[in-house]
Amino acid sequence: MRFIFKTRYDQDIRLAKHGGHVFWYGALMLVLLAAPWLFSEYWLAQLTFVLIYSVVGLGLMLLSGYTGLFSLGHAAFLGVGAYAQAALTHHGVPAPLALIAAGAIAALVGVIVGLPALRVKGIYLAIATLAFGFIVEEVFARWESVTGGNAGIHVGAADMFGLFKLDDDVSFYFACLVVTVLATLAILNLLRAPTGRAFVAIRDSEVSAQSMGIHLARYKTLSFAISASLAGVGGALYAHKLQFISPDQFSILQSIDLVLMIVVGGIGSIHGVFLGAIFLITMPQVIGLAKDVLPAAIGQAPGLQGLVYGLVLIAFVLFEPLGLYGRWLKLRTYLQIFPFYRRGMFQRQKSYLKSDRLK
Amino acid sequence: MSAEPLLTATDLSVRFGGVLAVNRVGFEVRRGEVFTLIGPNGAGKTTVFNLISRLYTPSSGRITFEGRDLAAIAPHDVARLGIARTFQNIELFEHASVLQNLLIGRHTHRATTLWSELFFTPGARRAEIAAREKVEQVIDLLDLQHHRESLVAGLPYGVRKVVELARALCTEPKLLLLDEPSSGLNVEETDDMAFWIQDIRHELGITVLMVEHDMSLVSKVSDRVLAMNQGEVLATGTPREVQAHPGVIEAYLGASEDLASLRRAAVSA
Repeated sequence: MRFIFKTRYDQDIRLAKHGGHVFWYGALMLVLLAAPWLFSEYWLAQLTFVLIYSVVGLGLMLLSGYTGLFSLGHAAFLGVGAYAQAALTHHGVPAPLALIAAGAIAALVGVIVGLPALRVKGIYLAIATLAFGFIVEEVFARWESVTGGNAGIHVGAADMFGLFKLDDDVSFYFACLVVTVLATLAILNLLRAPTGRAFVAIRDSEVSAQSMGIHLARYKTLSFAISASLAGVGGALYAHKLQFISPDQFSILQSIDLVLMIVVGGIGSIHGVFLGAIFLITMPQVIGLAKDVLPAAIGQAPGLQGLVYGLVLIAFVLFEPLGLYGRWLKLRTYLQIFPFYRRGMFQRQKSYLKSDRLK
Repeated sequence: MSAEPLLTATDLSVRFGGVLAVNRVGFEVRRGEVFTLIGPNGAGKTTVFNLISRLYTPSSGRITFEGRDLAAIAPHDVARLGIARTFQNIELFEHASVLQNLLIGRHTHRATTLWSELFFTPGARRAEIAAREKVEQVIDLLDLQHHRESLVAGLPYGVRKVVELARALCTEPKLLLLDEPSSGLNVEETDDMAFWIQDIRHELGITVLMVEHDMSLVSKVSDRVLAMNQGEVLATGTPREVQAHPGVIEAYLGASEDLASLRRAAVSA
């Protein structure tokens, strides 16, 4: 167990709280930088997808995990970013500029979706965003002059101001790594500043957030905008990685995968985003391996992946609502205070009875 | 104590459907005093609070704060004017630490822009440290040092009450609205609360408007008391005057003829 003697307020503000953080995150960074030489081409591609999904997940986590607004249509923002990137790079805009524009366009769409979010809450918001997802998917399929319709559209390698192209796996991996690190730092910065705290306040009690002077409408819209913008940036990278996009990649199934990612990873934690992304990318591989071992009647059955995902989601909601990150926290505490860990250390008292007089 | 009242409510009425929750209520809160609303359950005390913090809009009448009409103020701007409140059933940010809760109380004094926060510029860092220093003053005042890092969800009820008071103080209010500060507290905690209310008023110079049922706390800290029943004002005055008012006794204990008839029934039985 580590005890930190605090002498300055800055120690609570900075991101790396102690030497252990510096060491372990530094080591992780070194591994990520060396990844192209450590992993095979196949696993490097998987790692690139983990990074791309992490960027999208950061946005969704900010919205759902920190502001308490649920979205079942996040794949639509992913799609907006992807198609924006495809259209802009097609017209010769350099990839980095197109990436920023894709984020901005997705943010704008996010603001438009965020406006009804001011009026509806909880399950109703989930339904509203779900409907939005269907609408956008339909637009992708029908706006053929821009999106190529159901036939899909080809996206070329990322062009870096005409100087060079990110046309191999390694250079594109590094581009994704840079974007992921920047996005993570931006979100961590936001969360330790007044804006991030305002989001948390809205999540936990709207009525008292308002009485603390937080403009609910403004901050909810802002959360939607930032979230959509990160999904858009992730979508732009996704388009370059796959080199081909079509409307069915941004369907309800993709949205559910994104929600699954943050719930399994651990709602309300940034670590959870990355753990969830790793889960989402490696699970199909694990299922693929299991298929060979299982009897043919089960192993070859269609919809096996959906079934496994569903079971995993239910299991997490029932047994580990804190997700993979919560599991890790428990394991770490167990080891730190061995042998004094006891069951229920992480159990929180149920919130005290609230009357609905203020609702 | 200056002559001009800090908060004035005139002819305040609010109607929910057929229910007249508050009926032509008027009062003045003077600068630097502790003003208490008392009355039986359902008298409309909390409704008056919710009118002041703009959660409800009055059906008629008006509330002015430092001469400004509150009807023209959006609910989230009430805090900026210098009105902070606590809630009857505690409305804290459950899944955040005590420190974060108190820092949210500094929201109206926010000095950063979104961009400076995204890059966490030196200016944003300075603003964070400045906010923290203010929060630490409140933590010292209310003895919350031990709970600084605790998650609110794991705190006992009594401590939550204090955290909520602390969060309201972090906004540096001119007027503090306390909705039943002693409800759910034991005798010692209630005594502490009485001391703090007196400290807040004498040391910080904050005017306090509170709703309270515990009459010993009310008479200990209040300068003036307003008694309400069924949405109407029964009496205003010092705690002693209000407690002796026949209308107040009737509202709490029933009319004297009721008592007489009860006594007769008991004798004849």
